Amino acid sequence: MRIKQENIRNFSIIAHIDHGKSTLADRLIEMTGMLTSREMQEQVLDKMDLERERGITIKLKAVRLVYKAKDGQEYVFNLIDTPGHVDFNYEVSRSLAACEGAVLVVDATQGVEAQTLANVYLAIDQDLEILPVINKIDLPSARPEEIINEIEDIIGIESQDAPLISAKDGLNVEEVLEQIVEKVPAPKGDPNAPLKALIFDSYYDSYKGVTCYIRVFEGQVKPGMMVKMMATGKSFEVTEVGVNTSKHIPLDSLSAGEVGYLTASIKNVKEARVGDTITDTGNPTANPLPGYKKVIPMVYCGIYPAEGEDFNTVREALEKLQVNDAALVFEPETSVALGFGFRCGFLGLLHMEIIQERLEREFDLNIITTAPSVIYRVTRTSGEVMEIQNPSNLPAPAEIAHMEEPIVSANIMTPTDYVGAIMELCQNKRGTFKNMEYLEETRVVLHYDLPLNEVIYDFFDALKSKTRGYASFDYELKGYQQSELVKMDILINSELVDAFSLIVHEEKAYERGRTIAERLVDVIPRHQFAVPIQAAIGSKIIARETIRALRKDVLAKCYGGDISRKRKLLEKQKEGKKRMRQIGSVDVPQEAFLTVLKYDEKK
Amino acid sequence: MEKAGLYIHIPFCERKCHYCDFTSVAGNRDLIDRYVRYLINEIKMVSAAYGKIQIETIFIGGGTPSVLSESSLETIMEAVGNGFSLDRNAEISIEINPGTLTHQKALGYRKAGINRASVGIQSMNNSLLGTIGRIHNEDQVIATVKNLRRAGFDNINGDLMFGLPHQSIDDFRVTLEKTALLDLEHISMYGLILEENTPLYGWHERGLVSVPTEDQEREMYHLGIDFLKKKGYLQYEISNLAKKGHECRHNMGYWLLKPYIGVGISSHSSMEGRRYWNTSGFGEYFQKLDEDTLPIEGEETITKDMMETEYLILGIRLKDGISVDDYEKRFNASFMGKYGEAMAKHMDSGLLVLTDGSIRLTEKGMDLSNQVEMDFIP
Repeated sequence: MRIKQENIRNFSIIAHIDHGKSTLADRLIEMTGMLTSREMQEQVLDKMDLERERGITIKLKAVRLVYKAKDGQEYVFNLIDTPGHVDFNYEVSRSLAACEGAVLVVDATQGVEAQTLANVYLAIDQDLEILPVINKIDLPSARPEEIINEIEDIIGIESQDAPLISAKDGLNVEEVLEQIVEKVPAPKGDPNAPLKALIFDSYYDSYKGVTCYIRVFEGQVKPGMMVKMMATGKSFEVTEVGVNTSKHIPLDSLSAGEVGYLTASIKNVKEARVGDTITDTGNPTANPLPGYKKVIPMVYCGIYPAEGEDFNTVREALEKLQVNDAALVFEPETSVALGFGFRCGFLGLLHMEIIQERLEREFDLNIITTAPSVIYRVTRTSGEVMEIQNPSNLPAPAEIAHMEEPIVSANIMTPTDYVGAIMELCQNKRGTFKNMEYLEETRVVLHYDLPLNEVIYDFFDALKSKTRGYASFDYELKGYQQSELVKMDILINSELVDAFSLIVHEEKAYERGRTIAERLVDVIPRHQFAVPIQAAIGSKIIARETIRALRKDVLAKCYGGDISRKRKLLEKQKEGKKRMRQIGSVDVPQEAFLTVLKYDEKK
Repeated sequence: MEKAGLYIHIPFCERKCHYCDFTSVAGNRDLIDRYVRYLINEIKMVSAAYGKIQIETIFIGGGTPSVLSESSLETIMEAVGNGFSLDRNAEISIEINPGTLTHQKALGYRKAGINRASVGIQSMNNSLLGTIGRIHNEDQVIATVKNLRRAGFDNINGDLMFGLPHQSIDDFRVTLEKTALLDLEHISMYGLILEENTPLYGWHERGLVSVPTEDQEREMYHLGIDFLKKKGYLQYEISNLAKKGHECRHNMGYWLLKPYIGVGISSHSSMEGRRYWNTSGFGEYFQKLDEDTLPIEGEETITKDMMETEYLILGIRLKDGISVDDYEKRFNASFMGKYGEAMAKHMDSGLLVLTDGSIRLTEKGMDLSNQVEMDFIP
């Protein structure tokens, strides 16, 4: 079915977590009649298990819907899903760039949250038409009038017409569909111009290679055409184009204004990056679409194959993940304690966790992750400036003139009840208070400058715990600031374990060192000898704990029925031992490398 | 003629102890009688299947086998005698709970052919006995031993436990002293294990009872071993001591990988390279036997590697340790070629000694035997 450009509507739904984005998407899909209720999985847009469990959408995807509007005409809706987390701002911005409009879902009981704001601003940056929608009006605590005023006050968009809906019950959802037809502009763009299409998502599967989700801005793309990725400069022959309903439907072509997928037997996954512009190799467009950037990771950590896992398997998995994820960077590195692995860069902590989990779940890999680090700027006494993201690469203190660390400006939206707790937390995290804005009588935004190094340690968990999940948080990189930083090492049985080394603020070193040592005492099993755990700055020991020697490891009874059981117990014990990392004569379980990251509720 | 040990499980107790996770129930008379009838059927079937095997040792365990009446026991022994060829010097043991044995019963058991009694003393401290849910007290222990002696038992074991909730080292010393006065031929000494799904485990989890620290528990163990050695007992396995010539032959059979047959619910057998075990449910046990099938629930084949591992992990627990020569004859491999490096490591850390061609656990090694045994796992 070919449809006129003026009957196409390309839009996204933006919302804070739990405000009902996926539920609304489900309703839109149902009500446009493309899928029967039976065919629908509970939340069609959330593709990955991991996302569903966390209730967030990590990767985006486009769905084509056909809607017969009250004006009697049929419209094609391309619903482009966006991830909802600050870590994925770039990806959000690219999928918004594929749209002309955005439906802004706000929870009628919760109101505007920090994340909503961040995404709305991205949409405004892209000049999108924003359609506010008030959701969950069926709840007794819904206060739609106040929320409408809040949207107008805080975001500054006209909201009196906002549909009041319950996505869960389907109440007033039709009004949303009608407003999309009325208010979201139809795409423009000359179908006869040279091809210009945006990749806003891509993924790899072993059958088709790389599939790109694209928005065509100008021209047309067809199977058989040679196309060029303008940022990477590589050309490929298109094998298939089409649209995504409940499954891929191949088409003859995609033309200006349309959204769909493209495959081109792209084998090397690094060559179809999100944000790149696809053009006709033989008849290229003059300029690529704006906004492409090779995203810059903010957080780094080491990822190592665990005992028995193969280095190359981990590399292949990281390469495969990289296709969906222009933000993931990695390069090989070596650790004395962990052997050969990779230093990986991520957009933020959530992104890091997601990659780790995907490596474990989708690729079934056993990996060890080291503590995350940010990029420090080190000026040597020689005047040379270097960037350090692996603490082990830090020059000797005598060679360092000074160090700088990245600072973010953070916006924390919270009910006033938790202001004190948050101020205490931010102060504890070396934050600098900027100002406090009242959103309404009982809700404020606190603006702080925070060192990113503190944010990535346990800030999210601490904030969640101290505000019982009521505060929302968003940040962006502000710049670098000189700071008194030191490298802290951990010694296990007097041996320095490079994988545990951290760069910390001088004042934080004692506390951090003690916490890590205490945790290691809990997770490292007892040995036949006492094992000292020390935290040190240079040669100075700042914390010390001891794992007491194992006194008893014996089965008292061993008779007829116990014999097989005994053998199996020993097999299990041996298996566990095999999975540990041997550091000197000490067996260190893999989880030890994670415990240094965990937030401590007690503090 | 092939030889084997026979284990007979009696899954009844007057009351289950708070630490016990064995298969046993507080059975009523009807259930016990019915069980004995089926057990006898099973013995008939098994003995028919194994025909020519000579039984060298019998161990009647539980549960509390001493809940059985003299006549029940007699019929069981009769079935064994009819079905199997019984060595005339066979060691025939029964486990006795001190709360359940009268002089009359002791006489009856002796008459039925039982020649060794294993008394579940556990402790000579009445308050500790109460804590762990035993039904007897110190006086009943003394009376039981007296009854057994009067009935002619000249081979008696006492089971002791240490590391009990709230037990002090002095408490255990008193128990040892009182036990020594009984002048038994054999003592087994077990550290308490908090098994999941036992009341004691639950109480401990909820912080209602505390158990001695690992260091205290080990101190009790070594106190016990040293004390009993001074009293003339020889330690021949990690948890077992006996006066000369009174080692438990049935248990030695397990540790030397001799074949054994188990009858009764949840019993294990090891015959001809196959290890199998009976169902642990009464219903299934009765039903299978009604259908004239053996009530076997599962089995595993003992491969040559498994056999080697078991030979080593059981052997190292014995006083005599592992004879390098015997190993090499049995498995046709070089012991030091295969395990030398690991053994040297354990000798360096003081867990093992090598003397007269055998490796043995040291005192420290007995506390940490799993660390050595792990290296026998392929």
